[in-house]
Amino acid sequence: MRIALFTTCLVDGLFPHAAAATVRLLERLGHEVVVPPGQACCGQMHVNSGYPGQAEPVVRNHVRAFWPVVEGEWDAVVAPSGSCVGSTRHQQARVARQAGDERLAVAAERVAARTYELSELLVDVLGVTDVGAWFPHTVTYHPTCHSLRLLRVGERPTRLLEQVGGLRLVDLPDADQCCGFGGTFALKNSDTSAAMVADKADAVLASGADVVTAGDWSCLMNIDGALSRRGAGTRAVHLAEILAATRDDPWRPPGTRRATARSAS
Amino acid sequence: MPAVPPKPAAEPLDPLRWGPTFPEAARGTLDDAQLRTNLRRATRTIRDKRLAVTAELPDWEALRDAGAAIKADAMDRLPELLEQLEANVTAHGGTVHWARDAAEANRIVTGLVRAAGAREVVKVKSMATQEIGLNEHLEAEGITAHETDLAELIVQLAGDRPSHILVPAIHRNRDEIRDVFRSQMPGVPDRLTNEPAALAMAAREHLRALFLRADVAISGANLAIAETGTVAVVESEGNGRMCLTLPRTLVTVMGIEKVLPTFRDLEVFLQLLPRSSTGERMNPYTTTWTGVTPGDGPQEFHLVLLDNGRTRALADDVGRQALHCIRCSACLNVCPVYERTGGHAYGSVYPGPIGAILTPQLLGLDDADAATASLPFASTLCGACYDACPVKIDIPTALVHLRDRALHDGGPRRPTAAGAAMGAAAVVLSSGRRFRWALRGAALAGRLLGGRRVRRLPWPGSLWTASRDLPALPARSFRGAWAARVARVSRATRDTPAAPDGRDPRSGERSPGTDGRGRP
Ligand code: SF4
Repeated sequence: MRIALFTTCLVDGLFPHAAAATVRLLERLGHEVVVPPGQACCGQMHVNSGYPGQAEPVVRNHVRAFWPVVEGEWDAVVAPSGSCVGSTRHQQARVARQAGDERLAVAAERVAARTYELSELLVDVLGVTDVGAWFPHTVTYHPTCHSLRLLRVGERPTRLLEQVGGLRLVDLPDADQCCGFGGTFALKNSDTSAAMVADKADAVLASGADVVTAGDWSCLMNIDGALSRRGAGTRAVHLAEILAATRDDPWRPPGTRRATARSAS
Repeated sequence: MPAVPPKPAAEPLDPLRWGPTFPEAARGTLDDAQLRTNLRRATRTIRDKRLAVTAELPDWEALRDAGAAIKADAMDRLPELLEQLEANVTAHGGTVHWARDAAEANRIVTGLVRAAGAREVVKVKSMATQEIGLNEHLEAEGITAHETDLAELIVQLAGDRPSHILVPAIHRNRDEIRDVFRSQMPGVPDRLTNEPAALAMAAREHLRALFLRADVAISGANLAIAETGTVAVVESEGNGRMCLTLPRTLVTVMGIEKVLPTFRDLEVFLQLLPRSSTGERMNPYTTTWTGVTPGDGPQEFHLVLLDNGRTRALADDVGRQALHCIRCSACLNVCPVYERTGGHAYGSVYPGPIGAILTPQLLGLDDADAATASLPFASTLCGACYDACPVKIDIPTALVHLRDRALHDGGPRRPTAAGAAMGAAAVVLSSGRRFRWALRGAALAGRLLGGRRVRRLPWPGSLWTASRDLPALPARSFRGAWAARVARVSRATRDTPAAPDGRDPRSGERSPGTDGRGRP
């Protein structure tokens, strides 16, 4: 299949290794990956912060950048982020309608209908749960709120993880509790956010895992930031990075030379 | 002086909204370890009970849909249903009063108590009377109002504000309650223990005397049926039943959104409510009454229909869903923000997720002060409330919608730093080209930082770094890395003319050497 990658603005700028891992994984599975250069952001940050009016040009840009998927040029769009996929499905058309642009709203709905979060794409569209990955670590999975409740990805990520060679999956206590990120909530209500992520970090450490994973770098950034502040050895690694890792090409912390080189080659 | 300090100590001027902004008020609870433990334990218990009893109904989702549909229909036909309700209450010997706001409702109720010649009244737990500050108003008029719901009684004796819709004293533990009883309840022995049974018996004795001497009772209503003129109160302890049957005069204050079209609708709501609120299959006491019955129960019945901002909320297409609320409090019990901050942080009789969307609408957002306008932002939008709500109120969507209103209602405002930042971000994020330039700047910063994590930033970044690190900025964005790959591959393919190059300017920068089977 020919799959367009929606990198999402956060991953593109801060966590490029997650996008590179998504490419590596999909190419290893025999698919062609396209990166539409016009893309930037889904508009979620503006909507959630109370600026849907300003989100309108952002949504328009997104829909234009990914429109070829509707015309059949690509088979699907994938994003390594449940939250951004949730935004395309549940917010973009609303933004367009509020701006009085019904055509844009319908176009957004059509693009969103072909846009998938990574675990959805793998399990539902590509029909795989064993992606041939190898990741010899004890891992716990945090079901991010938007993947869990907005997209209902359910067991898909854990089914994928269970098939990974060398990986030991352990339960996360109170897994369904929000990590306290919430976009600008982390700043506007920083004290409450800090209390929430402290509990999440406790739960991650209590799980005994040396890696916590999720389908969203936004929540992982929050959890990883709290773990790192405590000096804990447990790391946050995106689901795509785990699934992309193999015996020949194992996962390496971002920033190390090979990981950087891999991201481009 | 109560042995246990009231929280908060000051009597609010307006029970609908008092105190500082949410983030400021939250700080108090976040620092109170005992309070947080109390809250965590209590919300967890109810949460688990609710999940167990909703899971055992095979048609729970259908019930929720039915509840949502009935509520939406009732709100669509509100004026018509209210008139029908009035006609039927009146036909059965009751009297209906219409109150535009809190002041008018308080005036009506005071007049009715005076007319009955009473100096004290017994009260059934009621959100509507709390919303209008009826107890305080009555007290100012020389009338004593006794709360008879156990938790409400604890709050009243402690000089507290309720912090939860259903469990107003959720922020208190047993020791604190015993101390409140010992110091505030007349005739309570000093050796009173913190055993739930002992506490309940002490309250029972105290209340029994009140029930028997009160001439007037004041209640709220869980719902009212337009078709028959029936009003209903659902409760657990039986104190409501005492109030609703013993006194001669009954005054019910009811928000206008509580009306339901038909008697059959009870079937849906009497299943949804107890399971969602207390995690019980059925509540122990359901009292319904229709007007008055000669020789049985109250001989005078007054129904006060309260607007107090509800028609204002009705005018908002998205936000009006908040009026579907049946006050079960399930959303509070699952809310991770509520669990950490407690109800007082919301500064309103309506705390938690529902409070965050209801309170600002009842008050209006045209000239909302900063404290009221902070409420819709008191959520991570995790969606747990939406999943829990028995009538499927889409609280996250309403929150986002009200954030927009909080920032933009009432015409142009003074420009803010946040607004300017959002504007700038929109410019960058609405073009792939501009975004690429912005990322180049970030990558440059990443190189300067040399792959180190960021531990301290100046404000507003400090709001993040106070409790967590920022990841190291990468030296190259994904976009940058991808462009390099594309350039490298096309250089390579230029030397081999037969290589496939399916690049299409519109479809984007494909990985040109990829033949669909592997890496270039
Ligand atoms: S919003 Fe829904 S869950 Fe919350 S109190 Fe109202 S009915 Fe219950």
